[in-house]
Amino acid sequence: MDKALQDSLFTYLLRLGDSQLVLSHRLSEWCGHAPELELDIALANIGLDILGQARTLLTLAGEVEGLGRDEDRLAYQRGEREFKNLLLCEQPNGDFAQTLVRQWFMDHYHQLLFTGLSQSGCAPLAAFGVKSLKEVNYHLRFSSGWVQRLGLGTEESARRTQAAIDELWRFTGELFVSDQVEDALAAAGIIPELSALAPRWAGRIAEQAGQAALTLPERAAYRQGGKQGLHTEHLGYLLAEMQSLQRSYPNMSW
Amino acid sequence: MKNNQWPLFEVFIRSKQGLHHRHVGSLRAADETMALENARDAYTRRREGVSIWVVKSALITASQPEDKGAFFDPADDKVYRHPTFYRIPDGIGHM
Repeated sequence: MDKALQDSLFTYLLRLGDSQLVLSHRLSEWCGHAPELELDIALANIGLDILGQARTLLTLAGEVEGLGRDEDRLAYQRGEREFKNLLLCEQPNGDFAQTLVRQWFMDHYHQLLFTGLSQSGCAPLAAFGVKSLKEVNYHLRFSSGWVQRLGLGTEESARRTQAAIDELWRFTGELFVSDQVEDALAAAGIIPELSALAPRWAGRIAEQAGQAALTLPERAAYRQGGKQGLHTEHLGYLLAEMQSLQRSYPNMSW
Repeated sequence: MKNNQWPLFEVFIRSKQGLHHRHVGSLRAADETMALENARDAYTRRREGVSIWVVKSALITASQPEDKGAFFDPADDKVYRHPTFYRIPDGIGHM
């Protein structure tokens, strides 16, 4: 693998790993606050699956980079601009509906993406895809089940779920936007073509939204920049909390 | 107790080694599908099981504590119902 492609792989692994890390942190924020004890466990459980994915990806990123940075170093000692996660992942939990809609968007994306990654020419990434796909299939079962329950539930649950879709829709375009990093990796057979995933994602989302009596916004999903390190105002607060211990006591372990 | 809670379900897990589904606890869920998912999250995260049953607690018919005497005491003095009067051949270890 030449140097340029290796750099692209490192950047891509950060984009994917950071997205999983930030999303898992958001889910962990529900711990102790979910509407039911069982949901508390379920959300924490899904968050831990995704945290495990983040660990694999950031560890791999550190190895590809070759400068001796491990998963903890990458997670806890980089600033906001150095995080390359998708904007959708950093959006606040809002109410239960908003968390579930965000998860439902991401789970459908993960299912398509990881299916593609399981065919990757990069062996560790292919192994990651195969392993993570099993987890994602369960996450999707949970989130799509809830979107349907909430959409077809009470007037209030339908209103809140629709509001969550309207709120988060503008961040969904970024999932399928590729720049020279993804283009180079897709050409080398390391990741799937992101733009090819978009219509399949949209089709599945539209189908399940229809079954849940929810409507999708007509307007374009225009927000992007997270993958380049340009974030919404929410990420800084999240990182401040997530990194506070390592920032106060660098390299501390217990 | 507030009456707007989700119904209670009993959870049974068949472990890898075991032949039977064994009662492991209970949880609340709005419907059977959710009960199965909640049971998966609450009771099988550490590879405890290969199969899960859930059943609404309300559907279980149980013996009552006050019937304990009539139900169980008569068995106490019927030692002949236990096969303890046979000699066990030496070749058989623990039985």
